Amino acid sequence: MFELLRDARMVLGKDLLIERSSRVVTAQVVPFAVMILILFGFGISPDLRILDSTATVAPSVLSRVTPGLLFLAVLFASLLAIGRSFGVEANDGTLDGLRMAGLDPAGIFLGKAGAVVVQLLGVSAVVTSGAFLFFSVRIEWSVARAVLGVTTAGAAITAIAAAGTLYSALAAGQRERESLVPLLVIPVLAPVLLGASQATEAALFGAVADGWPWVAALAAFAALYVGAGILSFETLLEDM
Amino acid sequence: MTLDSRDPAPSAAGDLQDKELVQLQGVVCLMGGFPALAGLDLTVGSGEIVGLRGANGAGKTTVLRLCAGLVTLSRGSGSVLGHDLGTRAGRRSTRKAVGLLGHDTSLYDDLTVEQNVRFWARANRAAEPDVLAAMDHLGVAGRVATVKVAGLSAGQRRRTALAILVARRPRLWLLDEPHAGLDHDGRNLLDQLLMDAAAAGATIMVATHDVGRIDDILTRTVIVHGGTVHEHPIRPIGRPGGTDV
Repeated sequence: MFELLRDARMVLGKDLLIERSSRVVTAQVVPFAVMILILFGFGISPDLRILDSTATVAPSVLSRVTPGLLFLAVLFASLLAIGRSFGVEANDGTLDGLRMAGLDPAGIFLGKAGAVVVQLLGVSAVVTSGAFLFFSVRIEWSVARAVLGVTTAGAAITAIAAAGTLYSALAAGQRERESLVPLLVIPVLAPVLLGASQATEAALFGAVADGWPWVAALAAFAALYVGAGILSFETLLEDM
Repeated sequence: MTLDSRDPAPSAAGDLQDKELVQLQGVVCLMGGFPALAGLDLTVGSGEIVGLRGANGAGKTTVLRLCAGLVTLSRGSGSVLGHDLGTRAGRRSTRKAVGLLGHDTSLYDDLTVEQNVRFWARANRAAEPDVLAAMDHLGVAGRVATVKVAGLSAGQRRRTALAILVARRPRLWLLDEPHAGLDHDGRNLLDQLLMDAAAAGATIMVATHDVGRIDDILTRTVIVHGGTVHEHPIRPIGRPGGTDV
């Protein structure tokens, strides 16, 4: 167990060091996510209003669909981050190097998924700020809403990173892996998009209590894929 | 600098010192359905420096990758340093115990030489003094250490990969065209490194097309042809202490 955590920390640190040096997430993934968000804004007119007799000012459709758009942007951006995560291992035989070093395969999985989580948390922070800014989202702040929102983001991003890392490894030996990974990952992550949107909607506009069952579902999904990654990564690496 | 092997012999093969470190019998390896190795037999004894020769696609690289535990056996049997290549656990143990320098150098382009060497040394459980000594010995310390690998020449990349291999101090060195990209001094340095490693007890397998140059340090040459060992002559030895036949 100690070795597994040691190996995971080593791989995570290495991937974050590579990002600090290359700035791919900062210079490419974050702008890509923000661009998607802005394009969504162009697609849905900000003048479209929801008919709500109880509201003094009718909320815009754009602001109400923000939770879904936000996680769609994060999901698309995650494809770049996940692709990059395995792209650095595909060059110059570094994946063989990791195998030759005798690192615990589960540790490699946890380290790589962990680095994607850290990067996507940064992406989602920027995208969330952008959504509030561009879509004029107005909410009543409370600690309970903030806790629900942050927990939702954490669970959803962990699920995205774990499933994405697992399917990237699955496709790593294929020549068509760049186009294959989105095809594999997007359908699998559809439940995450649904859960994250519902929980975020509850955090922003609805009753906070309505969001927690969705967070529990997201956490279960994340746990499932983290578990699957830990158990299967040795086989996946062996078959490359 | 010391080149003594760091990894002790596995408990099941504590007396490997005087035996075959590599034993391959009737080995078949399929690569996408194609038999890259088709019934290959090979034994390599402790302290040998064995050259693998053969045309492109003959199976030299697959032999090295098999001995490194990176390739799965489809048929036949094999063991390296006492670890069974037929089992996943055996291949995993083999990978930890041997050092491989393939066509690729296994370096991260976005990290500096020093960051690469330190990462791989930590991953390989190499000692800090060994890392520094290896970098110095291979000429990648100092100013070069701060350069990103993407900015290095092919020869400097090779030297960096060799520094990682040296710091790892494996009992079995597996080298695939190790002279590629190296300048004259680099080639001499590598040859000296191989002789020092062998003198310190390491066993070395080198796949090379470099006829002539490396012959002086090889204890024997094996010709790989069509996925089998076509010829298996024991060569006269150019280095002291070799097996003369």
